[in-house]
Amino acid sequence: MSRAESPQERSTATPVLSVRDLAISLPSGSDRSHAVEHISFDVQAGEIVCLLGESGSGKSVIAFSIMGLLPGNVHVSGGDLVLNGTALNGATGIDAARLRAKRGTEMAMIFQEPMTALNPVMSCGEQLDELLAQHTSLPANARRAKVIAMFEAVKLPEPERIYASYPHQLSGGQRQRIMIAMALILEPKLLIADEPTTALDVTTQAEVLSLIKALQRERGTAVLFITHDMGVVAEIADRVVVLEQGKQVETGDTQTVLSAPREPYTQMLIASVPPIEPPVRASEFAGPPALRVESLCKTYLSGGWFQKRRETRAANLVSFDVRPGETVGIVGESGSGKSTVARCITRLIDPTKGTISLGEQALHLGSADELKLARKRIQIVFQDPYRSLDPRQRVGEAIIEGPLNFGVSRDAAMRRAKELMSLVRLSPEVLSRYPSEFSGGQRQRISIARALALDPEVLICDEAVSALDVSVQAQVLTLLEEIQARLKLAIVFITHDLRVAAQICDRVLVMSRGHVVEQGLTRDVFLSPQHEYTQALLASAPGRHFKFARNSA
Amino acid sequence: MGTFLAKRILATIPVMLIVAIIVFALIRLVPGDPAAVIAGNMATNEDIARIRTELGLDRGFFAQFAIWAKGLVTGDLGQSFFFKKDVTALIAERVGPTLSLAFLTIMITVLIAVPLGTLAAWRHGGWLDRALMGFSVLGFSIPVFVIGYLFAYFFALQIDWFPVQGYKPFSAGIGEWIRHLLLPALTLSIVYVALIARVTRASVAEALTEDYVRTARAKGLPESRVLIKHALANAAVPIVTVIGIGVALLIGGVVVTESVFSIPGLGTLTVDAVLARDFPVIQGVILFFSVLYVLINLLVDVSYVFLDPRIRY
Repeated sequence: MSRAESPQERSTATPVLSVRDLAISLPSGSDRSHAVEHISFDVQAGEIVCLLGESGSGKSVIAFSIMGLLPGNVHVSGGDLVLNGTALNGATGIDAARLRAKRGTEMAMIFQEPMTALNPVMSCGEQLDELLAQHTSLPANARRAKVIAMFEAVKLPEPERIYASYPHQLSGGQRQRIMIAMALILEPKLLIADEPTTALDVTTQAEVLSLIKALQRERGTAVLFITHDMGVVAEIADRVVVLEQGKQVETGDTQTVLSAPREPYTQMLIASVPPIEPPVRASEFAGPPALRVESLCKTYLSGGWFQKRRETRAANLVSFDVRPGETVGIVGESGSGKSTVARCITRLIDPTKGTISLGEQALHLGSADELKLARKRIQIVFQDPYRSLDPRQRVGEAIIEGPLNFGVSRDAAMRRAKELMSLVRLSPEVLSRYPSEFSGGQRQRISIARALALDPEVLICDEAVSALDVSVQAQVLTLLEEIQARLKLAIVFITHDLRVAAQICDRVLVMSRGHVVEQGLTRDVFLSPQHEYTQALLASAPGRHFKFARNSA
Repeated sequence: MGTFLAKRILATIPVMLIVAIIVFALIRLVPGDPAAVIAGNMATNEDIARIRTELGLDRGFFAQFAIWAKGLVTGDLGQSFFFKKDVTALIAERVGPTLSLAFLTIMITVLIAVPLGTLAAWRHGGWLDRALMGFSVLGFSIPVFVIGYLFAYFFALQIDWFPVQGYKPFSAGIGEWIRHLLLPALTLSIVYVALIARVTRASVAEALTEDYVRTARAKGLPESRVLIKHALANAAVPIVTVIGIGVALLIGGVVVTESVFSIPGLGTLTVDAVLARDFPVIQGVILFFSVLYVLINLLVDVSYVFLDPRIRY
């Protein structure tokens, strides 16, 4: 087992990849002069090294510098990149043509989003075939046989059919398998995986991770694995390199770094990972429910005049209620219907059947005017704070827009906006700025302030922390809990992240393919899941067996 | 796909009907009496009235439309007042030069504009890119007839490479055919090169920022393949759309070019017909043009299926 190798043994073997004192400069006018500086690490054959860092840490830039794929205005300004004894950069480095010949053959890369990383107008088979046509002299039929064999090796069903399929006809997991097949078909010595499972559902992620691990064991591939997810690191890495803002903070074997980190930054990062075991919570909430959903169904009909009608049940007989001060989680994978439920509750889309009551008011029946009044009482925070705020509207205007619509005077609305900014821990002064001047976490605070401006009774958080870095995510979650305690908000928290759900939800609903398969107190559902889907979901959570270091605080 | 085609072809019927009504009404709203034009300057009022009766112009508006519409259903576009021939026969005679010119123009345009736009996108901000952008402003701003006379002056009169005017059919040999058409086709193509090169550049530049282009480079493919098989192939839908619009506009554009270079096509026929107030010819030609428009649009829509597998009808 490579993991058992001692450091002495490791240093005697020639590493597949050696990075020494790497510096990558950014164009003038960027927020810092270098994307990364003083980066040094090795990757040995058969070893998986994780580059771990939050957004802006420079982890992807390192990957692209190795591949020679940095954008034109960013370049390596110092240090050495050596692949199998060949210098890739500097005075002794190989030229562009020879570097290109190494791409796909000696080093290969898998990307984050398999939907966009594959060419949508080329069949999957062709996309592998062109790689073979470029780098080998195999005849067409031999290439085809090799591609089909590789599709089998990555466990794609019906390889012949997949060969002729286009990326949009496959599932996310299948697309990522195509990417892996493409990266490994020429048996590269080095595989660089840039957040390869971040865009995938948790059960698919578990499958893809074990596939990467199995293939690299079998072939002795050196893997440089880039991720922000501590759970994934625990699952897959032999060694970890922790990056913060372009600096190498800490390097060591996975066990040591994750369970006994030396550096304060690593400690903070690891302490921010929400434990998957839910804490004990008060399970009784008094009073009538703020929101009651009964037998909610949403069915989409497709097909028209000539085609066959098709029915898609996006949500089927979903029932739950939320009391003031309570957080009810809806967890599930993509396509489970959790966002459909959120949109039906807010009537952004109309439910096909079922009732939704907000206190005494039946929301599913309302006329346009009644609906407008109800909207004031139920607000939503969306996933992506970069896209849910109008980039050309000052944040103050975005916050007061709702109250102004309901006849609040501008002065009163502005006063309230300033209070809300304090509530979400931002300075009231920044109300006159534009969203682009804020970080992701700050924008999500603004989105929360915007939702609260109408004094809602119910707040829907649709993957509200999923786009945030783990340290920022922890802050936003704490903030939400504080606000909830103060305002007695009823919160519907929609997430695919089981760790987040475990920490913030009093009760959870587990959804799969439009159905609620299980619901109950969070602790009960997480500690003794009844339905097999819930069991599978929990079993797939990366790093679930790992004891992460905790701050004593 | 079959049902899509059937629906689209059925949908052309109301379009053609509306075009027919508008053309028919508009011509009769424009001042000018065809009978007076035919009768000439020396004619008396009685002569004009007699000719008007012969042409059927003395009947009411709706009666005239009914006669014309009845003919249309059987494919009869009526008879020219001026040439005394069937309008369908006239169009058939003149369609060859016009389609030849349009075809050659679009070939030249695509062969120049698509590679130029692709290269400009590849070297975004480089000299070729800036030169192309400068040229396209120029190409948009200079009227066709100015370019036409300039080209005729230099290439035909000064250095005598091409004939100044005239047309030779394809049957006279491909060399002669091209030699007569090249100058007018070049003239016409300038504005379309400007248009299509710009669209190609924008579309390819966008595709080049996509993740799959990065994947293609990570596979160690040469830049030419990255550019053509990955970027251009994905940029094709907007480019083909604009080429389709270009072809449609082109057919209108030949009216001026044919006059400048004296090509006996539908453009000159239209001009002559308008001057002579030859109602049936004007109606017939415009109806024919609109059929072409509809067909080109249909063709473009169908081509999407082959360019992008995600598009299905």
